[in-house]
Amino acid sequence: MTQTAPAIELKGISKSFGPVQANKNISIRVMPGTIHGIIGENGAGKSTLMSILYGFYKADSGAIFINGKKTEIPDSEAAISAGIGMVFQHFKLVQNFTVLENVVLGAEDGALLGPSLAKARKELKALSEDYGLKVDPDAVIDDIGVGMQQRVEILKALYRQADILILDEPTGVLTPAEADQLFRILERLKAEGKTIILITHKLREIMEITDKVSVMRRGEMVGHVATADTSPPELAEMMVGRKVLLRVDKTPAKPGKVVLKVEKLDVTDEDGVHRVKNVSFEVRAGEILGIAGVAGNGQSELLEVLGGYRRATGRVEVNGQSIDLTGAHSDGQSRRARGIAHVPEDRQREGLIMDFFAWENVAFGYHHDPAYQKNRLFMDNAALRAETQAKMDRFDVRPPNPALTAKSFSGGNQQKIVLAREIERNPDLLLVGQPTRGVDIGAIEFIHQRIVELRDQGKAILLVSVELDEILGLADRIAVMFDGRIMGERLPSETDEGELGLLMAGITDTDQPHSVAEVEARLAYAGSDGSKGA
Amino acid sequence: MDRMPKWADVILIPLFSLFLAALISALVIWAIGENPLEAVRLMVDGAFGNTRNIGYTLYYATNFIFTGLAVSVAFHARLFNIGGEGQALLGGLGIAYAMLYVPWPHWTLAILGGALASAAFGAAWAAIPAYLQARRGSHIVITTIMFNFIAAALLNYMLVNPLKAPGAMEPATLSFPEATHLPNFQTVFDPLWKAFAGPEAATIFQRSPANVTFFLALVASVAVWALIWRSRLGYEIRAFGWSQPAARYAGYNATRITVVTMLISGGLAGMMAVNQAMGDAERLVLNAAEGAGFIGIAVALMGRNHPFGVFLAALLFGALYQGGAELAFWTAIPREMIVVIQGLVILFTGALDNMVRMPLERVFGALRRPAKPGTRSAQQGPAE
Repeated sequence: MTQTAPAIELKGISKSFGPVQANKNISIRVMPGTIHGIIGENGAGKSTLMSILYGFYKADSGAIFINGKKTEIPDSEAAISAGIGMVFQHFKLVQNFTVLENVVLGAEDGALLGPSLAKARKELKALSEDYGLKVDPDAVIDDIGVGMQQRVEILKALYRQADILILDEPTGVLTPAEADQLFRILERLKAEGKTIILITHKLREIMEITDKVSVMRRGEMVGHVATADTSPPELAEMMVGRKVLLRVDKTPAKPGKVVLKVEKLDVTDEDGVHRVKNVSFEVRAGEILGIAGVAGNGQSELLEVLGGYRRATGRVEVNGQSIDLTGAHSDGQSRRARGIAHVPEDRQREGLIMDFFAWENVAFGYHHDPAYQKNRLFMDNAALRAETQAKMDRFDVRPPNPALTAKSFSGGNQQKIVLAREIERNPDLLLVGQPTRGVDIGAIEFIHQRIVELRDQGKAILLVSVELDEILGLADRIAVMFDGRIMGERLPSETDEGELGLLMAGITDTDQPHSVAEVEARLAYAGSDGSKGA
Repeated sequence: MDRMPKWADVILIPLFSLFLAALISALVIWAIGENPLEAVRLMVDGAFGNTRNIGYTLYYATNFIFTGLAVSVAFHARLFNIGGEGQALLGGLGIAYAMLYVPWPHWTLAILGGALASAAFGAAWAAIPAYLQARRGSHIVITTIMFNFIAAALLNYMLVNPLKAPGAMEPATLSFPEATHLPNFQTVFDPLWKAFAGPEAATIFQRSPANVTFFLALVASVAVWALIWRSRLGYEIRAFGWSQPAARYAGYNATRITVVTMLISGGLAGMMAVNQAMGDAERLVLNAAEGAGFIGIAVALMGRNHPFGVFLAALLFGALYQGGAELAFWTAIPREMIVVIQGLVILFTGALDNMVRMPLERVFGALRRPAKPGTRSAQQGPAE
């Protein structure tokens, strides 16, 4: 072993929020010039740990050493001067500023902006060349794609002389091609001697790019391993604490009659933006149609139209009968009456009332159900509580307490509550948006199984997801949306991530070679609303 | 995870806020050269010293229960009904028409008729801002405030012109017929008291305006509780109030919820006039609402929009109102001082809620941690 000091060493970091201990006696060593992965489920304490390192939180106990020197980091300013740069999951960019202005923001040299900008322009050029981070300094953030915005975030950190870069879930909003490009940039940064900490819950990324990986579970560090010596199943087991099925276990679909038929659907939103353009497809009983695409390419609007709360033109038939798209004679209530259940993309904004108790949420959308009424005037809250308890047992919601508010459950358990409510309505058609966004690995397995079970009961399922793994694993047919259009349909067995990634960027001649720059240029042109949700 | 036990949230925080408000009020009274302790004694005596004073306190409390409930119901749909004052004024107009033009045989029917008429007028007055909010997006805070002024002007016109008692110089209606006069607490409770304590016992609730409308207010409180927490409409109102996108997803009709909620709210505010016009004045006078519509906002705020909380807060504000009047009567402390005290109570219980809440939450957090060392770690961490 050499005598180089670790770039970052955390010793015995603990942090509690009230009764909840988010970090328990965490120690970690990150060697300079390496890419170090930190992996763990939602709520494992990864982000808390990094927030301590970046000066957002103060640790209750423990010490931070930067390059072997004990360092106090009371705020982010101290973190920056210690050479730490952070790229957040949700970018912190001013949308109507240019790239250059965003880079300089907060690091101006004096009262006059001119000299700072001129200096930054020169440095930005040098940085771009050194690390292969090409951006147009005069482009306005609003006009560039998410991949480009992420580069601006990285440049911001480098401009502030960061030697240690922390990236929090950096690929959440990227297409596979963009993610590959990001990884190439990270490797280049590593080659130039930078230290990189990559926080993620995606095993594939860890395996692909990191040198070492630390696994967290429930606020504790469960282990550090060299990436070369481990495997995805082993990492998953360390994260969850038990063996996990990483592949969805399902038999081939047996499609029956057409349940959902969409013809020439067009959606224009309140701002006059044409969101869905001439979309047609079918979903049959007993099959899952997966709709892939980068967020903001019309999938959300499609779900909202089918869910009954967005207007559209065109024709939609459910079980052979057309449904009203004008909004004049229909809403979410009438859609439910037609046998359509809907697990919305954003469970916290739409699927649940976060301040309602779990049992109140079980009635959400269905509170007129005769089973929930005590008499003509009042609802039967006791019956609701009992039903919620039963649902919680069947769907393994933890803690199984109907009297807790929705916001006190973890993301995965919130999703199980929504899923229990919608699936157990025994719908003919289930609309599912981002079923496992922000959900732990253990719960993902469970949720996927339930969706496949419903399919096997002969129900039609329309799945919208930005996770290609999920689409590939779950769907029986895949349609890719780009800029409001369906770019093509594929069978999972006859396609791969590369091809879908190109379709997601609107490139249909997928047998030809395409450069990442082309993909990015295409993406920058659509998906302007890519930051929505996440 | 809730950070605090519920009792601390519901009881401790209001009490603490109240204590702070009292402390500063005491400082102000001391600063103008009066004795704060003496002032407290006078106020408590003025509000609860004898049955007459208690009667006044309950009379004011009845007004505040109605207006407080009105604000709370609207708030559950996250609609800020600032128009309780105007709706109460219109409620008075409804009462005046119902009492002067319908020959009621008995007060029991009259109170029902009066309640319906006042609720209908109050609801109608709230319906216009509700419709404008739901369909045109005009902010309900602005429109309801404006409607207060319109209501005041309308009442002014009605009482100076069509409804003025013939030959009178005062802008007020004729007295309502005898049969519509509501029994006051003296007629209700004094015979019972005399039967219990002997005929020579002192008369209770003498010359106090408290009347049977108080019981109507209690019924309204229970009805509001059942509406909000037990009925389907209440479920929709609360869901809509917590999250409009979620209500849209569920297919709950925003226009309908907004309008219906405001109708109920306006109706409750309007019913305040039963207490004031039928129970006390027995005619309609100018400015009959006496600011109770605005105090209803503070009452709802302090009562945490729960009918029981509203009831308690209404009692407190009734006591402040009545005790304050006595204070102004017996000391050199000006009547405006009462407004200062009420303002402080509103400030501390409403606007500065977090000032008390945050430290208390921290105290409870600190108390809780050593109690169960290490056992909570299995729970989910904070949101990442």
